[in-house]
Amino acid sequence: MTKGHQGHLNGVKMALRILVGCKRVIDYAVKVRVKPDKMGVVTEGVKHSMNPFDEIAVEEAVRMKEKKLASEIIAVSCGPQQCQETLRTALAMGLDRGIHVEISGKDYETLQPFHVSKILAKIAEEEKVDIIFLGKQAIDDDCNQTGQMTAALLDWPQATFASKIEKNNGDLMVTREIDGGLETINVKLPCVITSDLRLNEPRYATLPNIMKAKKKPIAKKSPADLGVDVSPRQEVLSVEDPPVREAGSIVQDVDELVSKLKAAGVV
Amino acid sequence: MFSAAVISRSSKLHQLGSLLRRFQSTLVVAEHDNESLYPITLNAVSAAKQIGEDVSCLVAGTQCAKVAEEVSKIAGVKKVLVADHDAFKGYMPEALTPLLLSTQQQFNFTHILAGATAFGKNLMPRLAAKLDVSPVSDIIGVKSPDTFVRTIYAGNAIQTVKSKDKIVVLTVRGTSFEPAETSGGSAGQETVSADVSNELSSYVGSEIHKSDRPELAGAATVVSGGRGMKNGENFQLLYNLADTMQAAVGASRAAVDAGFVPNDMQVGQTGKIVAPQLYIAVGISGAIQHLAGMKDSKVIVAINKDPEAPIFQVADYGLVADLFKAVPEMTEKLKA
Repeated sequence: MTKGHQGHLNGVKMALRILVGCKRVIDYAVKVRVKPDKMGVVTEGVKHSMNPFDEIAVEEAVRMKEKKLASEIIAVSCGPQQCQETLRTALAMGLDRGIHVEISGKDYETLQPFHVSKILAKIAEEEKVDIIFLGKQAIDDDCNQTGQMTAALLDWPQATFASKIEKNNGDLMVTREIDGGLETINVKLPCVITSDLRLNEPRYATLPNIMKAKKKPIAKKSPADLGVDVSPRQEVLSVEDPPVREAGSIVQDVDELVSKLKAAGVV
Repeated sequence: MFSAAVISRSSKLHQLGSLLRRFQSTLVVAEHDNESLYPITLNAVSAAKQIGEDVSCLVAGTQCAKVAEEVSKIAGVKKVLVADHDAFKGYMPEALTPLLLSTQQQFNFTHILAGATAFGKNLMPRLAAKLDVSPVSDIIGVKSPDTFVRTIYAGNAIQTVKSKDKIVVLTVRGTSFEPAETSGGSAGQETVSADVSNELSSYVGSEIHKSDRPELAGAATVVSGGRGMKNGENFQLLYNLADTMQAAVGASRAAVDAGFVPNDMQVGQTGKIVAPQLYIAVGISGAIQHLAGMKDSKVIVAINKDPEAPIFQVADYGLVADLFKAVPEMTEKLKA
């Protein structure tokens, strides 16, 4: 029998507590536009949704609860008021409750993994969680940092780019996607896991679950409540469009293609 | 008059730039498998040289003397720091981070870099958090010792950021920096050590996909297949074409998700970023996420039966055709 918050996966009673980070980002299918002042991209009036990697993290946490490995799963999102929609999505997928760390205006524009990891580490300690699930990267800033930084701040092991998670006595055995193939590591609990695309196929929230999610609690906090300073550590000097490729041409057949490639000196 | 003033201003800036560079000391964390150095490290050394003239390299591993020897010959590397310890098996970040912190305490580098590979992405943010600094991921350019260029939104915008931190932790996109010469250097070696016992994590094993073809990220020619390949067996058509051209074979996410090929072949925002001389996209529609991984290729060819496929908008040469006819025909014609 396990006591306290530190559950043993092979124990009789499972009591793992899980924290999942959910970022609200511009939808992956949207073609972003750079602002005329070249200081960012246009976000107003643009479709947003949960970062696809975070959906996978949410799904994995829910599956652990369904397997009776986890007792409570908490969703957290840092950002403006609209992040509550992202949290509701996570709750509709099966998470138990949400924490919204409200950050808006200038502070949100300059918010970075540096700050988010401090917030997550603080919440993880307050909530006594055993696993923090995050996406491997957000598809807007493409940083791929938050999970690793959170693990460092807590001095917990990290299993990044996870494509498979299995219990291994009291530890977790995680298969990671690395260059050239796959790698398996063993991590002790508590730990931080970041999801890769192939970890699972996230479920769609059903209408009854969306309705139920409306009743689930979302607590509101500020970075100050958590003692986290959100002053910027980097200054964005400019955001610009990438160079546009010259329009190419359509070739009629393979012969023409091969001769053009030969002329260009690439074959 | 005006242009003379501009020239004099820019040359002053240039002098200031090289003066600044002189005071930077950069550490490159070498990526290797204890037998040989991974090429990405050479690109990272080039980026380090653009930041500062004093470039050191850290080789941490288990019986990595051979790699340390290799690193000491890289042109521009002044010093090689070697850390050999059983705890570095599998290069776990929980073991490497304390080593890096102790090395940093000893040498006070202004910049610590690694390639933006699975290894570098895993390790460097953990180090940055321990140093209480904000890392900069996957840089494609160095403007000055504190100002870097990187892409955001799957390569659809280019961001220039200035770091306010005293120590700058970076990962470097390999395709954006020329590899440093592997000979001509004669760096001295120095042993570094730290208390590196790691109780938190352990390496169990790996499954590396063996291939005789060139490595995807560094290949001069890449042939990639997408959903249009229909199944894994049909990828043989691409392997045949690739072998004719000494090319590497890549894939779109759709092809990987459908199980046609292993995930380490994925090119794109969340897979590998390539910039070969020639990229041939076969049966790939050209989603934003795929373009993020290949649109800096010098020449792009698209073979697709759908003339509306977005890939044609970035292709230098587009062929609207059935790939099952066009690819074998192309293989034959290139053999001839």
